[in-house]
This record gives sequence, C-alpha cells and structure tokens, in this order.
Amino acid sequence: MSTPQAPAAPLAGGGTSSLADGVWHRLHPLTPLFQGGLVLIIVAGVVISNFRDHAIFWAISIFAPSEAGELVSAPEDEWVGFLVENNLIVVGLLVVLAILVILIGIFWMIWRFHQFRISDDEVEVRKGIVFRSHRRAPLDRVQGVNLTRPFPMRLIGMAKLEVLGAGTGANVDLEYLSTTKAEEVRADILRLASGARAAREAARDAAEGIVRPPHERLVDSLSHGVTGLIEGVDHQDVAPESVVHIPAGRLIGAYLLDGIWWIVGFGVLWVGSVLVPLLIAGDEPGWGGISLAIGLGAGVPMAFAVVAIMWAQISKSLRYAIAPTPDGIRVTFGLLTTVTETLPPGRIYAVEVSQSLLWRPFGWWTIRINRMSGKSAEQQASGSAQQFNTVLPVGTRADVERVLALLLPGVPVEHGPLMWEDGLLGPTTGAVDPYKTMAPRAWWRRPFSWKRHGFALTGEALMFRRGMVWRKLAVYPLARLQAVSVQQGPIDRLQRVAAAQVHTVVGPVSGHVVGLDRDDAIELLQRVSAAAVAAARADQTHRWSQHGAPSAAAGAPLAPSTRSAPVAPAAPEGLG
Amino acid sequence: MSDSPTTPSPESPRTDPAPGVDPILDAGTYTTLREPRASGRLALDGAWHQISPKYVVSQTLQNVAAIVITVAVWLVIGLFTDQWWHSIAAGIIVGITLFAQIVLPRQARALGYMLRADDLVFRRGILWQRMVAVPYGRMQLIDITHGPLDRAFGISKLKMVTAAATSGVEIPGLALGASEALRDTLIEVAETRRTGL
Repeated sequence: MSTPQAPAAPLAGGGTSSLADGVWHRLHPLTPLFQGGLVLIIVAGVVISNFRDHAIFWAISIFAPSEAGELVSAPEDEWVGFLVENNLIVVGLLVVLAILVILIGIFWMIWRFHQFRISDDEVEVRKGIVFRSHRRAPLDRVQGVNLTRPFPMRLIGMAKLEVLGAGTGANVDLEYLSTTKAEEVRADILRLASGARAAREAARDAAEGIVRPPHERLVDSLSHGVTGLIEGVDHQDVAPESVVHIPAGRLIGAYLLDGIWWIVGFGVLWVGSVLVPLLIAGDEPGWGGISLAIGLGAGVPMAFAVVAIMWAQISKSLRYAIAPTPDGIRVTFGLLTTVTETLPPGRIYAVEVSQSLLWRPFGWWTIRINRMSGKSAEQQASGSAQQFNTVLPVGTRADVERVLALLLPGVPVEHGPLMWEDGLLGPTTGAVDPYKTMAPRAWWRRPFSWKRHGFALTGEALMFRRGMVWRKLAVYPLARLQAVSVQQGPIDRLQRVAAAQVHTVVGPVSGHVVGLDRDDAIELLQRVSAAAVAAARADQTHRWSQHGAPSAAAGAPLAPSTRSAPVAPAAPEGLG
Repeated sequence: MSDSPTTPSPESPRTDPAPGVDPILDAGTYTTLREPRASGRLALDGAWHQISPKYVVSQTLQNVAAIVITVAVWLVIGLFTDQWWHSIAAGIIVGITLFAQIVLPRQARALGYMLRADDLVFRRGILWQRMVAVPYGRMQLIDITHGPLDRAFGISKLKMVTAAATSGVEIPGLALGASEALRDTLIEVAETRRTGL
C-alpha cells in the first residue's frame, strides 16, 4: 500500500489520491503471495506428497491402533523414514519451516524493494535487490493506461495497472494494486498527463481520505470483488454510459461466423476419420460399434477444441463497453478477467473499419486501431494483444458511427458520406467517386477490388479504401501521420503506376495501396505533408486539457517539456 | 551563388528556390541525378541535394576488403581442412558483394533528398524507386554515424527516426559539414513544428 509516512503526508505533487504525491509507495502487500504463489505451492506439494502416507498411517494408528497394521503398512521411504527413526522429526519440520520463512522473506524483500512514485512529470518504478532497475516514464508521453483485473485477483480486489509508453518495452507495470487505488492512480496519471495543472490544484484540497485498518479494507475489498463478479465492474469514476451495447447473441453469432472455417475444417476432419475406416473395412460384423467409438473418440476432443477456441474469444469480448471520459475513451471488456483500457485523445494513429463477407447480410462491422502499446509487432500478433487493438468487436452501422465519433473527434461529421456511402459501401454507380482509385490498366493487381482500392485525402485525415470481399476502410488522422512513401518497380513503371504506403506505428492496420496512377501517387506525396503539418498545428489533443481555451495560437510552440523528450520514455538501468 | 546564404531554411520558401545551390549541402556532391529513362517514372519537381562521390570510394574499399577477407577465409579452410561446402558460402558472399559493387555507382547517383516547405523528401533506387516524405514535426531524433573508413573520407550517414518503424530515411555519404548542417536545420525546423508523437 504505502510507506508509513505516506498517508499523512500532504499531497505535494497535487494529485487527488494519496499515491500521486511524489513519494515512493509500495504495491499491494498481497502481491508477493501471488507472484511467488507458484513456488509456495510447489514446496507445499513436495511436502504433502512426502507426508501423505505417513499422515494417513499416523491418523489411523491414533484413532484405530488395532487395525493400523492390517489396513496400511507403515510407508517406506528414505529420508522421512530416516528422520522418524532417528527422532529428527522436529529438526525436519524446522528445516521445512526455515525454507518457508526464507522464501517468504525473499518475496517480502522483493516486495519491499519494488516501489513506485508518481510525480508531476513522471511515473517511476524501481525494483530488484541484487540487480536494481529504475524506470522512469515521462507522463506527457503516456499512450494509454490499462487496468486489468485477472480472475482470481478480482475476488480479493486486486488489479494490475499498465502505463503504456511510446517505445517498445517502454511500459510501466504496477502489479498489483488494490482496485480502488489502481483506479485513483489511473485517474491521477491521466490527469497529470493531460496537463490540467490548474484543475489539479483545485482538486487537491478535496481529497481527504480516511485511512482504515488493513483487515477492514481486505474484508471490504473481498466483498467488493464478489459483488463485482456478479454485477460487473462498477465504474465509480465513470459517469457516462457506454455508447454501444452489444447483445451477447450478436457477439456469439459474429464469432461463430468468423470461426466457421474452424468448425467446417474440424467437421471435415471428423467425417474423414469416421468414414475412411468404414469404407475400407466395409460391412464386417461388429464394425458399427468400433466406428462409433472412433467417431466419438475423435469427435469429442474436436468439439472441445472448437468450443474452447470460441469461448476464449467470446468471453474476452463479453460485457463490452466503450465510453467517453474527460481523459480519453474508456474501453472495458471481459467476462472473468476484466480489462479496462483508457485511450487518451490524440493517441490513435490509425482506425480501420472492416467487414467480412459472412457478416455482410447482418450489417456487422468491426473496428481496429493502431496505437503505441509498447509492444513489438510480434508481441501484438498474439491473441490477447489483438484484443487490445480491437475497439469494437462487432457492431451495427449506428454503433460504428458512434465509436468513430469518439475515436476520431477531429474528423468532422461532413465526412460521414465519404466514409460510409463512398468509403465502406464502395463506389456508387453513376456518382462521382471522391476516392482516387487504381488505374484500370493495373486491375490485375487486385482483380476483385480494383474499383474500390484507393485513397481520399481531406484536411483532417487520409483514408484508404480497400477490399471487395473483405471490405475495409482505414482512416489515418493527419495530425499523427509519420511519413508517406511511394514506390515503383520496373513493371509499375511500364504501366505508369506506383504503390503508396502510409507509415504509422505498428499495429493491425496496414498502410499499403498499390497500382495508383503515377500522377495520383505523386500528388499524394506532394499534398500530404502540408496537410499533415496544418493538421498537427490545429491538433491540441497532445496535452488535451492544457488548451482549454482554443485561443492558443496555432503553430505556437507547445509545452517546453515536449521538446526534449526522447522517443523511448523509459530508461531501464539494469535487470530486475 | 544562392539566394540563401546559410544553410537551407525550409521555413521561408514556400516557393522552394528551385535550382538553388546550397554552399554547404551541395559542396563537392554529384550534380546530376540518375533517374530511370522511362516516362512513367516517379518524378518530383524541385532541387534535389545529392551525396558525395567519396561515398562510392569508401564503399568500394569496404567491398574489396570484404572480398579479400572472404577469399582469405576460404583459402585457409580449403588448405587446412577437407571441406567443400565452404566454397558455396564463399561464392555466394563474393557474388553478392560483386553485384553490390557493380550497381553502387549508379545507386549513389540516384540517392537524393529535398527540403521542402513542410517536409523532407528522400529518394533512392533506379529500378526500384522509392520516395518518402517525412513532415518536419515528426522527427523523433536524428543520428549521425561514421565508421573509421567514412571518417577517413570525411563522410557520414544521417538517419532520421520517426515513431513509425518503417519510414526508414537513411542518407549515406553526406560530407561531414553537410550532415551537421542538415541535422541542425532539421532540428531547428522540427522545434517549431513539433507535436505529440
């Protein structure tokens, strides 16, 4: 929780919680139990497995001494027997006890040395006993804050807080905090990152928490955890409601359609495994029972696999909510393990709305984003990480429009038709297509979608429309566009076409278009930088609360601290 | 010589002084850009700055050194052991290096960069052309590196890093004075256009 001197200390840094005060704090005292829990379980397992027979024998010889010899013989094993024979049981117990004490001591020391500090400009974590590490992340480079409540920890009200930095491996993990503390710390980090200093000063006086004894807090948090499990996570600090409601039926249906190829694949495999032996060994008597056995033996594990795959995806997306808060968009998902992501404004680098063929009859769409998550491309490819890049697992057009309005506040409503009628639903026949599409002579590069494949550039965003079977529309806010390139190989040159690529941070949204007319590609290269610089000037989401008044002159230098900050905010000084 | 006496100032010229020659950036560089001949090529109006011919000399020496070392290792293995597979590896290495050496002079003439009002454009390649435009505000940091051989010839490599891993702007073979002037200019301009990441 906190160092002894902390609770009474004045909030020097000006946060609202007692943790954002520029003083070193420790994590939840139960953290070592969970982090070192595995080792303890192993030790306990070894001890119990060695003593089980002895314990049974002793118990029987105490309660039914006459039958002891008949029912169970005294177990023979080497060192326990040795201990018993030499009357060294006490010594043995002491050794076990000593090991336990040492282990607990080590975990306790690790916990003691694992401290964090949140000051006005930075969040710092230091840990390690032999190899000390000290990580420091500037708050104005925070890319988001994730609050994860893994299932067992949720019961006793513990949560993991992850502060996302900009570079790879630049995240700061606070593992674990009590849920209420974690929510306070999150609010503080976001508030400090937003640059809302005046607001913070005012709020400082308001927060005077009452410190209660620890056991009361534990009981309290336990009951909170159970309630939370039943009722869902309570968003005490989020006033606004989710803008999207996804019925569980739609979610399950969408994932079933998505996973239809898995199901079909397993089905074919199963039918094959049953039919092939049947065909080979024809109609011999008794073969029916054997084929039934084979069918069940192969089918049951496959059915389990399919259900498990589906369930893993669905349970992660159940109870999905997305809501605007003053400090960014808050996305919550998960049935048992609940994850709450907070995306501050101006941290979204690309948004892609897509629809697979099977979803089309239902009018379902999904939204994914590119953001700085402090993870490399390989790490982002894992299933659990992909979940973090999916902002809307499945939604109708109305849902998508509401979510897009949250994700892309800079893109005006007038662009709606550009994104929907022309963008997602493809070129309307007869109307003028605002998208610059592939040159017809280069159709063979995208035989199905060449009429759709193209880009549109507005004052706020660059949009890529791609895919006929799998419709996709990617929107890149110009204020955060990193670079644009055009490429041309020898065959392109013969056809007078070129490929273009938008460079943003790594993520699921790619930035390639091919087969553009040479002049269109050059025009993109010519115009996009000017538009990007203009958009970046107008964009004030970087320190989103500092520019309360829109009077801040466009193009004026931003906060001084933003200039010198390097790309990787964290500087690990050693191994943990 | 030019209407901008010091380093190029991309601040002022919306009307990029087209055929302007910069005394620092263009000192002792190639003067004509090597482009594909086909009319469908990628072309951009404006004054391209090029790199120093010393880059070709330096790279040639490095390639020769690589070939010499490879051949030496090949000889040693061949003389003292009874192997044959190393000839394949040596052949591949020598072949690739020779090919790189053959296209090197052409490639070096095709490298170029342009300082425009809002961005830096970097181009490279003849058969496979690539042009990338990086808006000034997006630069996270600028690296100048020079190895021992580069230092002997007074050239260096300038690398621009953005938040995107793929943008990849690396300008080799800049004269030392040119790379430092370019870095200072870029940082100065980036200061005024800096945003978040």
